[in-house]
Amino acid sequence: MNSITKHESRTLAHTVLELNVNNHAGVMSHVVGMFSRRAYNVEGILCMPVGNGKTSRIWLMVNEDERLDQMVKQVEKLEDVLAVRRHGAAHEVFERLEEFFQ
Amino acid sequence: MSTKKPETLTGAQIVVRLLERQGVTTLAGIPGGAILPFYDALSQSTQLRHVLARHEQGAGFMAQGMARATGEVAVCLASSGPGATNLVTAIADAKLDSIPLVAITGQVPKPMIGTDAFQEVDTYGLSIPITKHNFLVGSAEELLDVIPRAFRLAVSGRPGPVLVDIPKDVQNQRVDVSEWPEPGVAESIPLPSSELIARAAAMINASKTPMLYLGGGVVHSGASSEATAFAEKAGLPTVMTLMALGTMPVDHALSLGMLGMHGARYTNYLLDECDLLIAVGARFDDRATGKVAAFCPQAKIIHIDIDPSELDKIKTAHVGIQGDVKAVLEQLVPQVHAALRTDWLSRVAELKAAHPLRMPGIDDPRTPYGLIRAVADCLDDEATITTDVGQHQMWVAQAYPLRRPRQWLTSGGLGTMGFGLPAAIGAALAEPERTVVCFSGDGSILMNVQEFASAAEEDVNVKVVLMNNSSLGLVFQQQTMFYGERIFSSKFKGVPNFIKVAEGFGWQTLDLDKENDPQAALSKALATRGPMLIHASIDMNEQVLPMVAPGAANKDMIGG
Repeated sequence: MNSITKHESRTLAHTVLELNVNNHAGVMSHVVGMFSRRAYNVEGILCMPVGNGKTSRIWLMVNEDERLDQMVKQVEKLEDVLAVRRHGAAHEVFERLEEFFQ
Repeated sequence: MSTKKPETLTGAQIVVRLLERQGVTTLAGIPGGAILPFYDALSQSTQLRHVLARHEQGAGFMAQGMARATGEVAVCLASSGPGATNLVTAIADAKLDSIPLVAITGQVPKPMIGTDAFQEVDTYGLSIPITKHNFLVGSAEELLDVIPRAFRLAVSGRPGPVLVDIPKDVQNQRVDVSEWPEPGVAESIPLPSSELIARAAAMINASKTPMLYLGGGVVHSGASSEATAFAEKAGLPTVMTLMALGTMPVDHALSLGMLGMHGARYTNYLLDECDLLIAVGARFDDRATGKVAAFCPQAKIIHIDIDPSELDKIKTAHVGIQGDVKAVLEQLVPQVHAALRTDWLSRVAELKAAHPLRMPGIDDPRTPYGLIRAVADCLDDEATITTDVGQHQMWVAQAYPLRRPRQWLTSGGLGTMGFGLPAAIGAALAEPERTVVCFSGDGSILMNVQEFASAAEEDVNVKVVLMNNSSLGLVFQQQTMFYGERIFSSKFKGVPNFIKVAEGFGWQTLDLDKENDPQAALSKALATRGPMLIHASIDMNEQVLPMVAPGAANKDMIGG
């Protein structure tokens, strides 16, 4: 598969979610639990602390699915999730990681 | 924060003080190793009354009974490991019915977490999917933030259960406290969109055949009188979910009772005809809607809910309004035109006459409907009614004249057998002046039968009406109707002598089977204070009808 078609298929199939969250031990469980209990696979996960470390940013790459709007609403309800933004699959955060997965 | 002179307190003492400051008076639980420091501190409190359950699930449902009866946050306690796992069902039940609960569990000391220590279980991990939020507390100082936050979260927006897991060493940790946080109270809800409310009002005013669909959110919001006034002004025939029963008096002219799986035929037929469905604090549960694609197929939908994730979850709303139900109705009702809707209401009357809820045996106290009616005839609207889960629950939902919000406490979403008795004890603890009647079955009662002991110990004014058909009636009914009458594992071969069981726990008893005048005996028993078992045999072949087969459309009811 050449890079253009790979890119295109990703644009069609994936969404990148950007979450600002409180940085403590249970947050990742809360977030990914929302997906796992609905058998909704998370294709990619990236998480790093932001600024002074009180909050973190989680990037999730998930399949486009008719349940996605409901998923986003559910994630927004989590107490430790401060904000959710949706990006297209072309968002570069996962693209730049590709060399680590060669 | 309010300032006082610094005190050195343990984590356990801090929790006790914070619970007192929250205004908690009664809590239910069972002590054990990992929560003993807290119990030691609790023993010194003069404000907090601890009710000792006999199983942690019983403690959880007692707290639910208190919360459901009053709308206030209630607290339950358990130790680590099996104590915490035994609480899980009661917490999950509170999540599905949006009941404000704070569950406090002991945990093994922090250095031992993750070592498979004695009575260690990952309570935090276990409780993530069944709580609104949960905490594993890392230090005694954190408790000053976590406990008020737990109460705030439990009652804010859509209510729900919050779990606080406190390691034993955190309970023992001594810290200086100079300032106390304010108690956690409900956060204010943003006002609903006036533009959406105007659109909803226009849709209602243009509708020829609207229906009002009330859910448990109306109870939580304290909006029963607003909802009834709305229906009266706009001439709206009104259906209620299981959770909403009592929000509009069942004998109100506009009430069509419960909708869905065991609703009356005319109720489900009318939903099929409506051109507008106004869902208020309801979540389109599958037991209410039947096959979703066939639910109100002609109707536009206005959906009002405090939880934005409920809007468009099952049915896409033409107008979805996020907001507190009471606040939305207060804005909406003045914009709705007063309407008599003579044509629509005469159609309602026509269908009601043709396809009413049939309650065979209603005048005979030895039948299910007749027994329920006979109990109701002995009581007034001040009585609180709880149920377990199964046939008896649906019969009571259909036949009991519920007229008051918070009169009716039942496990809706999770459908937990074993709910009724401990919930009744909790309701009686919270409102001791009321008579609390728990309708139960011979299957359900055994699931928390040990709470007969707590009820006797507390001498609560609880009456259990045990409808004994020697079977798991609703399973028996479904096997009869949908599984070729292959009755399997639903008929009990050994049935306990429930009268002796109750007497053994120190309860008063009445066996209606042995009474020549059951109505008079019931009347006397229900007027006697203290715990009382009223036992009545019913026929195993009695069915709850009508019934919509699981997955079928509501208009395709069986029987009734």
